[in-house]
Amino acid sequence: MIRFLAVFVFVLWNAFPALAGITIQQVTSEGGIKAWLVQEPSIPIIAMEVSFRGGTSLDAPAKLGATNLMAGLLEEGTGDMDAAAFLRRTEELAARFTFDAGRDSVTVTAQVLRENSGRALNLFKQAITKPAFNDVAFARVQSQVISILQSNSTDPNEIAYSKMDEIGFGNHPYGRPGEGTIETVSALKPADIRLAHAAAMAKDRMFVSVVGDISAQELGPMLDEVLGDLPETGSPLPEKTTFSATGGTTVVDFDTPQSVAIWAQPGIERDDPDFFAAYVMNHILGGGSFSSRLTEEVREKRGLTYGVYSYLAPYDLAPIFGGTVASANDRIGQAIDVIRAEWKKMAEQGVTAAELEAAKKFLTGDYPLRFDGNSRIASILTGMQITDLPVDYIATRNQQVEAVTLEDVKRVAGYLLQPENLRFVVVGKPAGVEATD
Amino acid sequence: MFKQFAFLVLFTFSVPAAGFARQDFVTSFRLDNGMEVVVLEDHRAPIVTHMVWYKVGAADEVAGKSGIAHFLEHLMFKGTDKMAAGEFSKIVAANGGSENAFTSLDYTGYFQRVAADRLELMMEMEADRMRNLRLTEEEVLPERDVVLEERNSRTENDPGALFSEQRSALQYFNHPYGVPIIGWKHEVSALTLEDAVAFYKTYYAPNNAILVVAGDVEPWDVLALAEQYYGVLAPSDNLPPRIRPQEPPHLAPVRAEFRDARVGTPYLIRTYLAPNRKSGDQKQAAALTILAELLGGSGITSVLGKELQLEQKVALNAASFYGGVSVDPQTFGVYVVPAPGTTLAQAEAAMDASIAKFLDDGPDAEHLARIKTQIRASEIFARDDVDGYARRYGAGLTAGLTIQDIQDWPDVLQSVTAEDVVAAAKDVFVLNNSVTGWLMPLKEEASK
Repeated sequence: MIRFLAVFVFVLWNAFPALAGITIQQVTSEGGIKAWLVQEPSIPIIAMEVSFRGGTSLDAPAKLGATNLMAGLLEEGTGDMDAAAFLRRTEELAARFTFDAGRDSVTVTAQVLRENSGRALNLFKQAITKPAFNDVAFARVQSQVISILQSNSTDPNEIAYSKMDEIGFGNHPYGRPGEGTIETVSALKPADIRLAHAAAMAKDRMFVSVVGDISAQELGPMLDEVLGDLPETGSPLPEKTTFSATGGTTVVDFDTPQSVAIWAQPGIERDDPDFFAAYVMNHILGGGSFSSRLTEEVREKRGLTYGVYSYLAPYDLAPIFGGTVASANDRIGQAIDVIRAEWKKMAEQGVTAAELEAAKKFLTGDYPLRFDGNSRIASILTGMQITDLPVDYIATRNQQVEAVTLEDVKRVAGYLLQPENLRFVVVGKPAGVEATD
Repeated sequence: MFKQFAFLVLFTFSVPAAGFARQDFVTSFRLDNGMEVVVLEDHRAPIVTHMVWYKVGAADEVAGKSGIAHFLEHLMFKGTDKMAAGEFSKIVAANGGSENAFTSLDYTGYFQRVAADRLELMMEMEADRMRNLRLTEEEVLPERDVVLEERNSRTENDPGALFSEQRSALQYFNHPYGVPIIGWKHEVSALTLEDAVAFYKTYYAPNNAILVVAGDVEPWDVLALAEQYYGVLAPSDNLPPRIRPQEPPHLAPVRAEFRDARVGTPYLIRTYLAPNRKSGDQKQAAALTILAELLGGSGITSVLGKELQLEQKVALNAASFYGGVSVDPQTFGVYVVPAPGTTLAQAEAAMDASIAKFLDDGPDAEHLARIKTQIRASEIFARDDVDGYARRYGAGLTAGLTIQDIQDWPDVLQSVTAEDVVAAAKDVFVLNNSVTGWLMPLKEEASK
């Protein structure tokens, strides 16, 4: 049966040749489900990514870990298929599914062959819309999560991040562990998982991207078929908050030869007009290239670490500006001193014209290289939608990087970098590092 | 065929008829100085990955100098006659490229991902540092500290990694695969500039390297650039043959109990010495690859997952693993995380019973068919990841396989029968060839 399908095609061309091939079509199904599509017919496969805003932040304090466990149980059976039958069916179709919960979203993905895409995506639909959550699978996956939590409890990185969340966000959902605690996960029941599913996976917070060998005309009915049965609305999203740790140093005593140190301060919202200036600034300070100031000072000149990075993390409910380093217990103090000094130096002096030029060249040149592979493109498109970026963002993004001036960076560095508000959490047996709390 | 050859002659490259081959989207050449060139075409986006793989890894180090292959990999980002230390990375970044390098037991690789029109610049720089690296003490010593911190991050801070290192050392009495890639801490601490330079001069040369270029390129253009930049480099004249000490017969099973206060979840791993893929003879390795899928490749649909996790509920997780791409034989492994209330001994007994039953019964026909379906599909999915394809060629060629072997592999896998799997399993599951390790918390904590 041929059904009416509304297809709005937004064709996108731009000045960066590597991106010229990325043509996003905005598709709205008859049932009102919207998706961004990049038709890429050269390989007979289709990648679909569906993201639901909310994630583990939706968990009530007594039910911590429910959303995470729910996502882990989506692949554990549906309708009258038990977990093994579901997985066998997935293997027969050579389909690849993932189901993940993060702080801000639940994300499910499918990679399927064009030749059996109808059947494979129908199986995907069963997992998302009619998960079984039966007692047997529940008990098994619950034990697996508890085992992971046990391992995390002796992992210095995990210890550091959960301590920082606790200090910075207190009673807000961001202050609590998204995967739950051994205590809360042990107390969960299958009924909690059903509630978490209804709360998290609803159409009012859903963002869909499809990339591969499929046309807009084919996609419309497929969207209704795969996602149409989801509930219209889910649970209200938590309130926004701010990262409110004071400046200082927290030491978590842990017997291991190398201390892990992370640091954080309030960040900048993704939709702030100064975001791009901050982004370029952070790239120069400690972004992921071999030539950042932090890498130069901490690693190259002094050999204090294998890796030192800073990052802007504009989470949905609070932006933070943080970083991470690891050094032997007797050297971590020196690494922290150097990082504090670099934070202060950039706050006071900004960056040089040469640094700005080099950063722009890297960031604008690197951007097109991210669009390699159907799944990766689908992930970028979903990320754009969930952060409210316009469909023409890909075409304008590099211009926004280019538009950042030396004065912009100096001004933003002056207020955004707050050396006095930097909170360090150090896990290990750091020599000569004084805790301030 | 002839036409393609004539095309080559037109460009005056002295490539012998047997020296190049083009199949599907893969083209290969050999330069006069011995360097191999592999081009993988993917024209979906104007992007290219440029990789140089050296046929040298940690297993080629001399005794007492463990970690030198990896340390040199770090030092390759210092200067040359033409470039200052760190300039290589700055130029890659200024061209919007990303880069990294990796060291394994059998190979060391360097790669950059850039816009396709920057390929020539990458080649010029990579060729420069193949023969013209210049190191100073001021650069080498802080970098050695960086490597020691890398070892801290990867190994010293992770009981699972320390456990793995100890198990490998127990698995090989004689072969250098028992020495960790990053090196033993006391030996890394003593590595010198002279060690790095000697290793570099011996092994970093066109006759020990493979160029893999993947992306939006034409093979003939790549060949022309390769001739221009790599073709002029002098080969190494003291390249030793890759003959490593081999294992004597193993006459007793080895067991290790590794305890560490930082262990959150106990588990057991057993590895058995196992044959690798050999050029022209990949049949047994293919059977072992399928065996790893059948036994523990997919959680609860595989044999160990179904029996230990679903039916007996003695395990939280069970898996098996096998690589196959290596210069010398490595291992086949099985792994079980016991469920709460199950001891490691009980989990191990259940695992052994499950494997014994599998050897008696053989694989389930439908299960074998599903695995072959997935292998077929994975060749289609792999086309979406040209970098993955490039790594497949780099790793295979540095391990002594040919392009033909690499291209034959999916068919060899499809030809594996249930009988092949059982025969290969019986050959490999010899307890005397195994190391069984238990990773556990400290004793006083184990009772909690």
